Amino acid sequence: MNGQIVIDGMTSGAMIGLGAIGVTLTYGLLRFANFAHGEFATWGAYIALVLASLLGTLLGGADGTIGDLTFGWHLLVALAGSMVLTALLALALDSVLFRRLRRHGSGMVLVIASFGASLALRSLLEFGFTGQPQYYSREIAMTVAIAPGMRATLDQLVVLGVAVALMAGTHLMLTHTALGRAMRATSENPDLARLAGIDVADVVRTTWLLGGAMAAAAGVFLGVTVQLRPTMGFELLLPLFAAAILGGIGSVPGAMAGGMIIGIAEAAAVPIAGAQYRAAVAFVVLLVVLLIKPTGLFGARER
Amino acid sequence: MIGLASYLCFFVTLALIYGVATLGLNLQWGSAGLFNVGVAGFAAVGAYVSAWITATPVDTHWGGFALPIPLGWLAAMAASALAAFVVGAATLRLRADYLAITTFGAAISLELVALNADRLTGGPFGIAFIPRPFAALSDQPLAFSAANMLLVAAVAGVVFVALERLTRSPWGRVLRALREDEAAAASLGKSPAKFRLQAFVIGAALIGLAGAMQAQFFGFIAPDNYLPVFTFQIWVMLVLGGSGNNKGALLGAVVVWGVWTASGSLFNLLLAPEWQARGAALRVVAIGVVLASVLLWRPRGLIGERATVSRHVE
Repeated sequence: MNGQIVIDGMTSGAMIGLGAIGVTLTYGLLRFANFAHGEFATWGAYIALVLASLLGTLLGGADGTIGDLTFGWHLLVALAGSMVLTALLALALDSVLFRRLRRHGSGMVLVIASFGASLALRSLLEFGFTGQPQYYSREIAMTVAIAPGMRATLDQLVVLGVAVALMAGTHLMLTHTALGRAMRATSENPDLARLAGIDVADVVRTTWLLGGAMAAAAGVFLGVTVQLRPTMGFELLLPLFAAAILGGIGSVPGAMAGGMIIGIAEAAAVPIAGAQYRAAVAFVVLLVVLLIKPTGLFGARER
Repeated sequence: MIGLASYLCFFVTLALIYGVATLGLNLQWGSAGLFNVGVAGFAAVGAYVSAWITATPVDTHWGGFALPIPLGWLAAMAASALAAFVVGAATLRLRADYLAITTFGAAISLELVALNADRLTGGPFGIAFIPRPFAALSDQPLAFSAANMLLVAAVAGVVFVALERLTRSPWGRVLRALREDEAAAASLGKSPAKFRLQAFVIGAALIGLAGAMQAQFFGFIAPDNYLPVFTFQIWVMLVLGGSGNNKGALLGAVVVWGVWTASGSLFNLLLAPEWQARGAALRVVAIGVVLASVLLWRPRGLIGERATVSRHVE
């Protein structure tokens, strides 16, 4: 395996890992596979697109670029705004749909509902922005050599760094704060957590906010390094599930590691199977995990 | 008049084809509680297999055995059943939503194969010149559409009656018992994995049959027919009609297909050409909202499952 595959795989793996954080947390806590999670990434990317162009209009004058990157500080502000707004979108979807269904009805009804929500959210973007690809910037991405035979665009390196920082921050927050401990306790055993005085509703809200914000960042980074399309998050969904299951449901370090493995496996498969089959790689990894070790790398045993 | 009548026949034909797929899904979800997000994939397997077997040979891709249509449909059912067996055997012993994720992944991978394995599937252009049933009548539109409608109605009728008997049989009772309380049913010596796999495979065979029939009536197939929105449509038909009820499955298919085609024609009529694509997107939004609303406010659908209560309760 050459170094180029590693660096390309790590960049997309970091984005998969960011998205998979939300999948694994909601899956672990609420016990359902959320098919609408990919749409948070798409909405995050498009919200940032709108915010960045609003900033440009308000301040008069287009966004410059920072150094040799293709984007400027408008997009960084838009990224922060989009993470907040997408987190609120995830919370809103929970309160109009999932929370009501959780009260009565089985877990699988939630999965059907999330499947419907996913198509509706995606088609709403297609209605607003059409299916044509969009770009944050028309600048040409500069590449740098980081090692012999390994080149990356500056954008890729920045995205990789910020994504890893966000994932590490999430992990620290879960392991070192009272709220994080409450989240892990609730995921382990909701009834016991409630008995111990943990506000479970608060934990659920935090989980949606966190998952939505991380997915939005993944979407923006995907928009920076590739392009924006209404189907971008839906196409990310299978890698997200594969990463969450490979890492072990409920485990944030697992989601990061799973994302990296899926990203590198996808990049490594392209020279062998061709780029057109890239999307099937996550499926193959998923099948292998389910057959060999369904609890994943860092997963707790089935309860 | 003849135009309208043959259009009606065409509409009923397609609605009943979707009805057969919805009946298959109802066996999986309504009776056995198995969540299949790969409906489009199983339909595609049936469609391509039947197309290979019945179409005339061409140089551009594999298949073209020009065999009789019934043989194509049987092979389609067998192929979809086999695909379901592979997927089900791997995942049915695991937690329930892993099946959902696996079928989702299988459908996406099958779509990629359909799109890219040109020598096998004709690639993005698909397979054309699939023979239509009653091709000899094709110069009389009304007779042709009516004959096709009767054929599909007969198939749907047979499937419906068979499923009604199957779900009322001891086998169907075991499925529902497993869905309601797996531990209790297993304690009576019923193997959950075996019964679920059977229901999943039979349901997938019916979805494959629907895919084959659709391919035969359109006369051509392409990967575009089997996008996730197909899966979504079948699910809305089942949920709206009433999952757990075979009549509900058929009713849902007719109602949803009616609303879908009517809203499509309305948009074609009202919207300027540059807004057509957006109109189509809005249609999917609307149907997603309908699905969520039914789940929230009328989980039984139009006619839901009949409550099964012992006659000794009264």
